[in-house]
Amino acid sequence: MSRTEKTLVGWARTAPSRATVVSGDEVTSTERLAEVVAGAGARGVVARGLGRSYGDTAQNAGGLVVDMTARDRIHGVDAETGLVDLDAGVSLDRLMRVALPFGLWVPVLPGTRQVTIGGAIANDIHGKNHHTAGSFGDHIVSMDLLLASGEVRRLEPEGPESELFWATVGGVGLTGIILRATVRMTKTETAYFVADTERTANLDETIERFSDGSDEAYDYSSAWFDSMSTGAKLGRAALGRGSLARLDELPEKLRRDPLKFDAPTLVDLPDVFPNGLANKLTFSAIGELYYRKTKNKKGQIQNLTAFYHPLDLFGDWNRAYGSKGFLQYQFIVPLDAEAEFRAIIRDIAASGHVSFLNVFKKFGEGNRAPLSFPMPGWNICVDFPIVDGLGAFCRSLDERVLAMGGRLYTAKDSRTDAGTFAAMYPRLDEWRKVRDAADPDGVFASDMSRRLRLTP
Amino acid sequence: MIDAVGHPSSLLLLGGTSEIGLATAEKYLEGGPVRVVLAGRQSPRLADAAARLTRAGATVETVEFDARDAAVHTEAVRKAFAGGDIDVAVVAFGLLGDQEKAWQDIDVAVELAEVNYVAAVSVGVALAAEFRRQGHGHLVALSSVAGERARRSNFVYGSTKAGLDAFYTGLTEALRPEGIGVTVVRPGFVHTKMTEGMSPAPLSTTPEAVADVVVAAVAGRKEQVWAPAPLRAVMSVLRHIPRPIFRRLPV
Repeated sequence: MSRTEKTLVGWARTAPSRATVVSGDEVTSTERLAEVVAGAGARGVVARGLGRSYGDTAQNAGGLVVDMTARDRIHGVDAETGLVDLDAGVSLDRLMRVALPFGLWVPVLPGTRQVTIGGAIANDIHGKNHHTAGSFGDHIVSMDLLLASGEVRRLEPEGPESELFWATVGGVGLTGIILRATVRMTKTETAYFVADTERTANLDETIERFSDGSDEAYDYSSAWFDSMSTGAKLGRAALGRGSLARLDELPEKLRRDPLKFDAPTLVDLPDVFPNGLANKLTFSAIGELYYRKTKNKKGQIQNLTAFYHPLDLFGDWNRAYGSKGFLQYQFIVPLDAEAEFRAIIRDIAASGHVSFLNVFKKFGEGNRAPLSFPMPGWNICVDFPIVDGLGAFCRSLDERVLAMGGRLYTAKDSRTDAGTFAAMYPRLDEWRKVRDAADPDGVFASDMSRRLRLTP
Repeated sequence: MIDAVGHPSSLLLLGGTSEIGLATAEKYLEGGPVRVVLAGRQSPRLADAAARLTRAGATVETVEFDARDAAVHTEAVRKAFAGGDIDVAVVAFGLLGDQEKAWQDIDVAVELAEVNYVAAVSVGVALAAEFRRQGHGHLVALSSVAGERARRSNFVYGSTKAGLDAFYTGLTEALRPEGIGVTVVRPGFVHTKMTEGMSPAPLSTTPEAVADVVVAAVAGRKEQVWAPAPLRAVMSVLRHIPRPIFRRLPV
């Protein structure tokens, strides 16, 4: 049977809802999938990949959710042009494993490889190389979109269908179901990074390091920062910046198999963590360790896990927050809002809301997609365990982010309201016009689309 | 949907002038915008309630609803859901009545039973259907400690709340597998218009304090709560006290 009633949550394990999950043949056959969409009913339908969005983007209470992971074929890899033609349900992890032997690298990698191509496009994901490579949508040559009408349309970033293309990039699945895409990969000689790591003593130094032009020398850059220490240590960071290594940069031993997929996982965390374990004491201790273990070192050769996905050493790490789950708050503010940005970091540290997984990165130019998150600015991501008063605190952050001309990221958001979201994305109406033309009856719907009133 | 921090975007109050219901709405409004649907009889009191919540920042709709008329319950609930999903519904209507009349006058007794029990059941059935259709939602039923052990002084009221309590406790189990939450709230003596002039029982509370309990219970997906919380222990003891002693207690 390819339909089951399921309670779905996002990666942060909050705000569950029930939906009919469609999988198997009904998904792999495009004809049958078109019938699913046609018969979606009043509560509509939305596609879901690997469920790594933190909030409610890939949930649809009372309606249909299409499990896209069944569509997992890679149709072609062209080592010459660097183009890979693949189904939307293929994960970045698999794409990487398949493409690496051809000397092709996934152009944009988020904090996890366990996301699908469809999800990567629908959230227009970004990675540590945003300042040099942009976001995922910038590397899509074409994609096939199943529309509400049942028609499959091939969309390209330029030309007559470009509006729908860019409405689909970052469009959180509400323009249709992405079936297949052609991705322009990055050519690489090795699967390793040449990395420089360093520690900064405080927030001034951290901001300075991202402002002094040194960032431009690296294709990849980001920092873990301390969001709990107040006073002199406030905003101290462990920076990791680097670029893909050339063959001649590798030591002899690694040169024998330079494109080896080298990304170890140590252990999968079991689902046994009590609520409240994620607290100031444990977080401060782990943070201190992490900070201290980062040495000021230049030109280290690091594998993917060490440089890019340290969290992958612990599979299912979201379980460590217990059953109450957590909330990831990611925002970006323009570069000129530096003073108020500093004040926010200070107030997060003073708030009593603890966060360990803190990311600090300076973003480059955004793209044409109206709902794409990145823009030139300071990007911050913090993870708070769910406790009383967190809602009010996040609302106060929303107001300040908005006042600075900043915004929240749909893949992470699980709580903001429709009015705030609309104010943060001034091009929302432009997106709605294109979306509504492609799906006038609002067949594509999700818990997020109802919360943020994105669809009719 | 109730969001990640327990904040709903919409709230339905059945018994749109209930003081506990309105205090709950106000409590939610502190945490962000809420669309509130007030279901009640058209009256100046209902209009006042709507104005009060509008001032507090709510988008308010009203729906005609009379607890005494079970024939229109399904339709009233359907209308309440017509404007969009309802994230939290509070069954807040109820009568206290004259307790001495209530056990001697058939009309008074039947009215109490119809409003507090029959209507609560009929509305509960209608709400469950709507919540199942939309695939999410949380139902709050205002019960009472009076239903936990009948007392001489208000056993007719108590018996209706005992019935409501049992129904919603069962509904909690029925809706659990579908991810729909039900919270049965058992307040003690609450200072409201309904209890004006009565001498308060120990551990008496206010609509605002009960609202705090309701909001925390929904966010924590609690199925059974007392307001104030210490009543849980008190009632646990009182339930087991032998009758000869119980009837002498000043409760």
